[in-house]
Amino acid sequence: MTVIIDKTDLKKKYKKVGYYPGCALEGSAIPYDKSTRAIGKALGLELVDVTDWNCCGAMEVKNIDPQVETYLSSRVLSNAQHKDKMDVVMAPCNGCYKNLKQAEHELGHSEKSRDVVSKISAKAGHEAYESGNVETIHALDWIKMGYGEDELRKKIKGGLKGLKIANYYGCMYTRPRNIFPEKAPGAGGDDLIKPHYMDDLLAVAGAENVEFPLKTACCGGAHTLSDRDMSTKLVLNILEAAEAAGAEVIATECPTCHSGLEMHQIRALKRLSKKTNVKVIYFTQLLGMAMGLSPRKVGLNGNISDSRGLMKEKGII
Amino acid sequence: MAIHEKSLIRPENITSGENLVIDGIDVSGDWSTFIHSRVVSDYNEDMQDEIEALPGGEFIHRCWQCGSCTNSCTVNAENPDFNPRYWIYLIRMGMESELLRDKDIIWQCVSCNKCTSACPRDVVPEGVMKATAHWMELKGHTPKSESHIFDEIFTHQVIKYGKIEDSEVLRDHMKQTGRPLMQDWFVQMVKNMIKGLPVMQLMRMGWATVFHPKTKGWASASAAIAEHIAEEREIERKALGIAKREPDVNHLDAAE
Repeated sequence: MTVIIDKTDLKKKYKKVGYYPGCALEGSAIPYDKSTRAIGKALGLELVDVTDWNCCGAMEVKNIDPQVETYLSSRVLSNAQHKDKMDVVMAPCNGCYKNLKQAEHELGHSEKSRDVVSKISAKAGHEAYESGNVETIHALDWIKMGYGEDELRKKIKGGLKGLKIANYYGCMYTRPRNIFPEKAPGAGGDDLIKPHYMDDLLAVAGAENVEFPLKTACCGGAHTLSDRDMSTKLVLNILEAAEAAGAEVIATECPTCHSGLEMHQIRALKRLSKKTNVKVIYFTQLLGMAMGLSPRKVGLNGNISDSRGLMKEKGII
Repeated sequence: MAIHEKSLIRPENITSGENLVIDGIDVSGDWSTFIHSRVVSDYNEDMQDEIEALPGGEFIHRCWQCGSCTNSCTVNAENPDFNPRYWIYLIRMGMESELLRDKDIIWQCVSCNKCTSACPRDVVPEGVMKATAHWMELKGHTPKSESHIFDEIFTHQVIKYGKIEDSEVLRDHMKQTGRPLMQDWFVQMVKNMIKGLPVMQLMRMGWATVFHPKTKGWASASAAIAEHIAEEREIERKALGIAKREPDVNHLDAAE
């Protein structure tokens, strides 16, 4: 297998990256945005917001027209490259991350995608993005590779004090496999089948990671409103599996998963009378608190799943 | 057709004697099961080509029926009738009437892409499911699914503003699918959300509801995307031999 990620200069490369928050982080996932920026600041990693970014197309536009979705994502990459002079874009949202990766893949492999993107870009009056110019990374890569576990360990103040965590990665961090060549066996990135970057970072922060079999299960996020009963069932599987594994908290790294879990935890209680107590917290919030940032700084009170009691009880805040 | 025989037996074609004794031997129930033969003659020879012409369906011809998609499927685990491998088989055989028996659940694919990751032939079964659900609607076999309505509302907002605003998507979806917004679980969610929500975040969300977030310099991109979608829809329409569509409520056909 080809080694795709050269780990030697990543600390230098990821020190200053383009930041693509996406729509969710400006709406339902403000706490994720807040905590991501806060830990970036605390770690001395610089984020440059992508100029005039637009929606990546999420999981919806592709069902109307996949080429439009490729164009939308390519425009973000084009702006990062040409307007901001960035060669790395970090997207904390799994949907954005996956779509930028997908666009990179399509533009590298499909003639039709290249034609459509150059046609729409020309009419829209900006440079068409060409594959290979901007590297898309997730917030997990950003901290794990760009800062490093050993360095992070020195920044932990107080830590997570053995908090039992189920790490939940969702669908779009590892699927579909062909758009993540750096995660293929031996390529140097995270693992496709059993991802562990979030586990690694939270372990450094002092958490006790539980053995959680549904790390990459689906929460039904694409149909969280349109097929509510299915989503409630899928979310309940995840919540119950986490509790069965002994978790007090599910750590998330995707705003769709996060709000899906929060929303259907309540819906499962109301509609199916199934009560689960496990709390849902973004991994950036957990890292921030472990580093001694205040709950306000990481937006803990902005979550629907109220974990402040548990955090106090554990002595974390 | 060996591997599919079982699923092709319709319940109404199975006869079993409840109390049947032959030569003094009790052969009631399963022992005397009789399957009426039936002849399938209504093959739709265009079905594969039509689904292949829709976005997502491009690679259906690659399928060699290994079943990895169904085996890994999130929805299949909850509902065994949701069977991508079987549907791909029916489409490739042109067995339209068989496929139509499952028409109301095909749209339920949650796009988790487990199938796409598991598929050894890069069929992209997730795309095929979307294309098939879309085909059902275009051919008039099913009404527009709630999922498709959601996709349209979302895409409409992206084309118009460059960005989406969560609560507007939610409100429009509830409205267009004719459901009340204030359901018990929803009210509880909002209550939890407001409890302890910092004033600044509340203001930010309120601001976004009134002044929809917009991408700067979006107008020309918006027009170019709308034009492209209109062209693609015209190509699809011809491939499927269907009449010009009525402009939909979300104005995705605006440029036509």
